[in-house]
Amino acid sequence: MANLKELRGRINSVKSTRKITQAMKMVAAAKLRRAQSQAEAARPYAERMARMLASLGQAVAGNPDAPKLLVGTGADQVHLLVVVTADRGLAGPFNTNVGRHARAHIRKLEAAGKTVKVLTVGRKGATYLKREFASRMAGEITFQGKKRVGFEDANAIALRLTGMLEAGEFDVCTLIYNRFRSVILQIPTDQQLIPAELPEAAAVPAASGEAAGEAQAWYEYEPDEATILAQLLPKNLAIQIYRAILESAAGEHGARMNAMDNATRNAGDMINKLTLTYNRTRQANITRELIEIISGAEAL
Amino acid sequence: MATFDLELVSPEKLLLSRPVEMAIIPAAEGEMGVLPGMAPMIVALKGGVIRVQENGAITEKLFVMGGFAEITPTRVTVLADEATPLAELSRGDAQARVKQAEADYEAAAASATPEEREAAMDRLLAAREMEQAAEAA
Repeated sequence: MANLKELRGRINSVKSTRKITQAMKMVAAAKLRRAQSQAEAARPYAERMARMLASLGQAVAGNPDAPKLLVGTGADQVHLLVVVTADRGLAGPFNTNVGRHARAHIRKLEAAGKTVKVLTVGRKGATYLKREFASRMAGEITFQGKKRVGFEDANAIALRLTGMLEAGEFDVCTLIYNRFRSVILQIPTDQQLIPAELPEAAAVPAASGEAAGEAQAWYEYEPDEATILAQLLPKNLAIQIYRAILESAAGEHGARMNAMDNATRNAGDMINKLTLTYNRTRQANITRELIEIISGAEAL
Repeated sequence: MATFDLELVSPEKLLLSRPVEMAIIPAAEGEMGVLPGMAPMIVALKGGVIRVQENGAITEKLFVMGGFAEITPTRVTVLADEATPLAELSRGDAQARVKQAEADYEAAAASATPEEREAAMDRLLAAREMEQAAEAA
């Protein structure tokens, strides 16, 4: 039978674990709210950008010297995967899900005879993928120690990608990240960045009650299509990355909140069970001692 | 007076979304006043001040660091790389950015391709514009 002192120790240790998980849950909830509002604030820009790009892209598509960011290099050999994860763990299956998704993707591409390179954003993805695909790592970026990830950070990644594209280091670039569906649901998603996937002009939602015909309106361009497109495309790349980072951040906090909620509940169950055992043991000890005393007295 | 919807968004937030009478925007090829019923256009912006007119008076002034504007007869959407209300600009900040941009330009002038040099020049001009706007405010 477990002795009482040991049991008391276990109960205390589980209690302090519960305190920690509860605190982490609170922190995650507060951070989630902030991350979510940041993600929402970024949405209008991304939407307007997509709309503008849709109308512009059609004007330039089919043009043989369209920018590389839009049409790619023409080849389909070297794939670059940008994998966005969190910097910290203890968020349930959040990081592993992206990692597993990325791994399946890499396997599939390699089975098709492509060359794969991986660029990770976030520490966890790097540690996960490095174990298996060390030779394919093209670099890693973390935002560790940073209070708030801003647009500049996403822009820096975009510039790096453009630089690599210009240097001919890859042909196709895909972004893998956790899309924030709800607090309890994050979906690992892949999105092709280069060549840019053009939203169909017709598929662009006719938001804010605008006339359907407006999307097809004939635009004048100043200075001209090519110049504007050359400026718009890198910005679009940056905004896509920014959005992915924000979504992933919101998802991370959601996942952590969830995981910590479960942990807190499990710790509570554990404490109840241990307390029950503790009390039973204590009672059994008392009963035994009483019997010993009584039988001792009777023997006299 | 007739109005159109003006939307000003930066990557980090939606700054302005309401009907206005006129907006003056710093297009890449010169300032441009936009009134309701303009022909559809997409223009690139340079660093400068957006002025918004409502009820016959200028009510808002915001500094933008380059970007794009999409103009339709009933709506204008400005996608700014960065936008700050003029009142919130700080002169010290602006000066620091001018210095930074000057240094970048020096670096670019020595080695980079003509396009990069031009981009650095644009950034420098935008930063100078920002300094001026900060001083005026």
